[in-house]
Amino acid sequence: MATTEVECRRGRLAALSIAAVVILVGVPLWWRTTQTYRAWLPVSQITELAKLQLQLSVDVEVVFARGTVTPEQQKKIPLTRTRDEEHTVDESTALRYRFETKYRTATIMEEDALNQLTAAEADVSLHTLSESLCGSLVVYVIPESSSLLPQGGEVYIGQQRTALLRIGAQMRVGRTLEQLLAHLEPRLKQVMQVMSFSHSDITAALSDRVRLSPGSKQSKADSMRAFKSSPGYEITFSLLNPDPKSHRLHWDIEGAVKTYVQPLLTKLAPVANFSIDSQILYYAVLGVNPRFDSSYNAYTLNAESLAHVINPVEARLGSNAASSNPMLNFLLYVPDVQRSPLYIHDHKKQAVPSNAFHSPRWGGIMVYNVNDYYGPDAEFPVDININMAKVMGVFLAQLRLLLGVQTSSHPPGFVMAPCGNTGIADWELDRLMWSRSVENIATATTTITSLAQLLDQIGNIVINDNIAEQVSSAVTSLQLAVAELEAGNLGFALQYSKEAILASERAFFDPSLLHLLYFPDDQKFAIYIPLFLPMCVPILLSLLKIVSEVRQKRREKQAKKD
Amino acid sequence: MAARRCSASVVLLFLCGLSVFVAANEQNTTPTGGYRAAEADSPRTPAEAAGHPAAEDGRWEATEVGDAAPADAEPDERDASRPGTTVPQPKDDFQEELVIRPLHSGDIYASFQFRTLWETDFMKGNKVSHYRLFPKSVGQVISKFSVRELHISFTQGYWRTMQWGQPFLPSPPGAELWVWFQDTVTDVDGMWKELTNVLSGIFCASLNFIDSTNTVQPSASFKPLGIDNVTDHRFLRYATLPREIVCTENLTPWKKLLPCGSKAGLSVLLKSEKLFHSSFHSQAVHIRPVCQDSECKTTSWELRQTLNVVFDLHTSGQGKREWSLFKMFSRTLTEACPLASSSKIYIDITDNPEGELFELTPATPLLSQAVLMGDRRTFSVYDLTQQITFGTMRSLNLLIRWKSSEGHMLRPLLHAERYVAGYGLQAGEIHTLMYNNHPYRSFPVLLLDSVPWYLRLYVHTLTVTSKGKDNKPSYIHYQPSKDRERPHLLEMLIQLPPNCVTEVTVQFERALLKWTEYTPDPNHGFYVGSSVVSSLVPSIVAMDTNSSLERPLFSNFFPCKEESSYFVRIYTEPLLVNLPTPDFSMPYNVICLTCTVVAVGYGSLYNLLTRSFQIEEPSPGLAKRLANIIRKMRGVQPL
Repeated sequence: MATTEVECRRGRLAALSIAAVVILVGVPLWWRTTQTYRAWLPVSQITELAKLQLQLSVDVEVVFARGTVTPEQQKKIPLTRTRDEEHTVDESTALRYRFETKYRTATIMEEDALNQLTAAEADVSLHTLSESLCGSLVVYVIPESSSLLPQGGEVYIGQQRTALLRIGAQMRVGRTLEQLLAHLEPRLKQVMQVMSFSHSDITAALSDRVRLSPGSKQSKADSMRAFKSSPGYEITFSLLNPDPKSHRLHWDIEGAVKTYVQPLLTKLAPVANFSIDSQILYYAVLGVNPRFDSSYNAYTLNAESLAHVINPVEARLGSNAASSNPMLNFLLYVPDVQRSPLYIHDHKKQAVPSNAFHSPRWGGIMVYNVNDYYGPDAEFPVDININMAKVMGVFLAQLRLLLGVQTSSHPPGFVMAPCGNTGIADWELDRLMWSRSVENIATATTTITSLAQLLDQIGNIVINDNIAEQVSSAVTSLQLAVAELEAGNLGFALQYSKEAILASERAFFDPSLLHLLYFPDDQKFAIYIPLFLPMCVPILLSLLKIVSEVRQKRREKQAKKD
Repeated sequence: MAARRCSASVVLLFLCGLSVFVAANEQNTTPTGGYRAAEADSPRTPAEAAGHPAAEDGRWEATEVGDAAPADAEPDERDASRPGTTVPQPKDDFQEELVIRPLHSGDIYASFQFRTLWETDFMKGNKVSHYRLFPKSVGQVISKFSVRELHISFTQGYWRTMQWGQPFLPSPPGAELWVWFQDTVTDVDGMWKELTNVLSGIFCASLNFIDSTNTVQPSASFKPLGIDNVTDHRFLRYATLPREIVCTENLTPWKKLLPCGSKAGLSVLLKSEKLFHSSFHSQAVHIRPVCQDSECKTTSWELRQTLNVVFDLHTSGQGKREWSLFKMFSRTLTEACPLASSSKIYIDITDNPEGELFELTPATPLLSQAVLMGDRRTFSVYDLTQQITFGTMRSLNLLIRWKSSEGHMLRPLLHAERYVAGYGLQAGEIHTLMYNNHPYRSFPVLLLDSVPWYLRLYVHTLTVTSKGKDNKPSYIHYQPSKDRERPHLLEMLIQLPPNCVTEVTVQFERALLKWTEYTPDPNHGFYVGSSVVSSLVPSIVAMDTNSSLERPLFSNFFPCKEESSYFVRIYTEPLLVNLPTPDFSMPYNVICLTCTVVAVGYGSLYNLLTRSFQIEEPSPGLAKRLANIIRKMRGVQPL
């Protein structure tokens, strides 16, 4: 009897030790060997970013010229004043605008500059005095008697980051400083909205993050017209010649690009990289047959058919083989002899004066009639030089629209400076940079948060170190961009937001995330069952048996005691 | 109020001296869907506007430029662009050509060549590039990847040298790509990888399957065909995809590179329903820098697009020996491409000097002679830029009517074939046969073999024999394979004795692949690309070494250095080799089997360890047990 007892004990110990080995060695070993590699991600920082609190700070300097404030008032001018505006866009996005206004009186040199004859001259000489920082504004308050502004004009917006503001007539004398400042306040607000950003621009830029409530049609059309923010754009000018037998077209695109487009793009260089090329496509025909309109003695393209015009041409435009940036297409269409002249009509049956139209986020097309260049008895083919100044005027207007250089309306009384040879004023560039920074931040945060969400949901995805690195660098750049916006350093903010978007896209589209290693759980189960079932069942059974034996013994002991 | 609205809607834009303004008043100028036009006159409430789908906004808008007259541009000078003013001389040039050669077998060989020359420098740092005749996509590829020479061909079918003679431009079945990079490129492999991906997008082909396992760097067989003769083969990459199927989707992007598309000139004949209904079809793109003049002062880039097709007598001739452009291509010609500086059709009438073999209508007085592949050929020439070519019908439909089916073809001097010998799925032997049909001259050939790593070549079994005697190669370049990394590369310079066959044999062993490495139809077999035989074949007639550009396109592709010989490249058949193929449900079976074995072993061990063994009383017999049950029921003591 003793031997059986010993045997039983030994068996029980063996079962227990096997169970222990399986649990202590086998399970961890299996766990380790079948684990997928998942590098550490800054999850807490990502969840912080998911709740975006953006603060945009603008430095405004208000300079009082002689004759606007009395010497006593001069002493009392407050040094700085901060105005905050808070907006909640949706539950996870909040905006706060901070306008830090500094007040001072004009220096002697600035007074000299303001004594110029015209506002444009004053603007130029003021610019030479000081180099204003990207994103900041300087507003000069000039007396009502000043001749710089035309009659009726109250605000002059210069080419750089300066504006001239005329005090209204009722403010001439004997008012207190508080009244003066209160009088200036609404005008200053308008100037800032024109020259830096308006709330609608910023919410439009946030459209990647926030589902916009159906706003006005106009603003939606505006926001959909411009290309999405991208680190680079490919601009292609294409000359479509459907009739090379009759027209031998020559366009000096190289010179035109150098004269008209390049200065604008050089100015826009902080926003994105641009590459330009051009091509000539022969026998490229429009998708719609224009109708002959005898009242105009010309062929016409209706507004309704414009949407179908481009499809057959688009197949031949070709995408850029060397990069994956979005493409802006500008087509110059010279109609063939049989179908010219050709005019585009809007839906009021009126001819469009520029004979050009553009498609949101695609590009533009211009019809260039050449039938005036030769008589009815001309000998074909005719050599034709294309007037590039006319063409580029249209294309530049379209390019500005498509790039999102804001064209918002400005309040009455505002006079705009004619822009210089670069084609874009400094403050226009600032506007674009404000909205692009916010848009980049919005896009990058959505990309990063959705990537984190995806990785969280699918536990089998291998997260390599390089992805973790990209995610971390995107998060750091995002934080830096947000901080720079808060500090009012617009240039750095845009730079960091671009880095963030690049890193986040690279992480999101990394091919290593797409390996087909995601077996469903039921298949894994089918693989494991032949091994696990025969191994675990005896262990479990013997463990159960031991437990029941122990229990029985205890009961027996209890019974004995009783 | 109205004035306020108006001023708010008109946005002034001031542009670089062109005071241009764009009216963004959408209700007036945005031409969109028809139903909007109908209701444009009535002012719409915001609720109405919100009810419309957002997609409507993604439509065309008229660009309104109010004052397009430039303020500071010189309008007098620019507007004076009437005919008669000087126009810039274009720096590019386009030529097209079609050669038709009636073959002795009764088939007909048509070869198209389109050449675009452009005097430019892609390698300069200027970012702006303006294309006229040269296709933009190709230009971008050249400049982005620093390509010096690029040759790509897509071929369906195998060129039968013994029946058809030499082609104007040889190409192996499937896809072939070889590229010379500029010597400024540091990461050639990275560039090559990216380039193949871009090209596969441009040509709609599976070139993205080119990777390090099928790419080689031949040391001697593929020399640059353009001007600069840098021969460091580190910058050369060569790959073939023998399995590639060529079809319409490859032809369409190829045609898109032509300046006239398929709208005018010779390219109207390129209709895929006829081109692919043929026994051989090959299309290629060759890009290289060439000399503009004989002194080579200026260089220009040449884009040569070729398309070769052999029409079968029996499939499309309905048994009648009669050919016409319309029968071959289901089109006739009406005009030359207006952009082409030369547009010609050549018909090879060398074997038909007196018109005894076939009859050619309409007849042409223009004849041209060219020395081609060591032979002087005579061609009838039709110049499409001359209106007279099209006659009164205003269309050209060339007709070839055979009179007799006799005639013999000059045997090609060099010919090669290849096959796999051996049985079973373990070992095998590759035989390459090279025929020198020259009656008395021997000449050297370069043989290039690129064999995938899963055929493990035994190089010690390499034998080269001619007329039963050992023929020792004077140069051997062998690069052994690495599993899953690179293929075998074998290059040999062999002297072919006159009028005999030279046989190259090498044995190999078939490797076992991993189960994910098999193709979807592994029992079809695995392709091994064609071997390439390149040679300078002695010529019977003096070759034309003057590389002036006046020669017809088909005869000036391979540069000719000496009069006594000409360059020939021949491709053998690709091989189809069966590899040992497993049962693909194997992994699961293996898992199940191993687990069962483990479980059985483990189970018995576990039992041995945990069970306690004791001597059991022999169980009582059946009768006793029954009796016990009954006694139990009765409540009596069991037995």
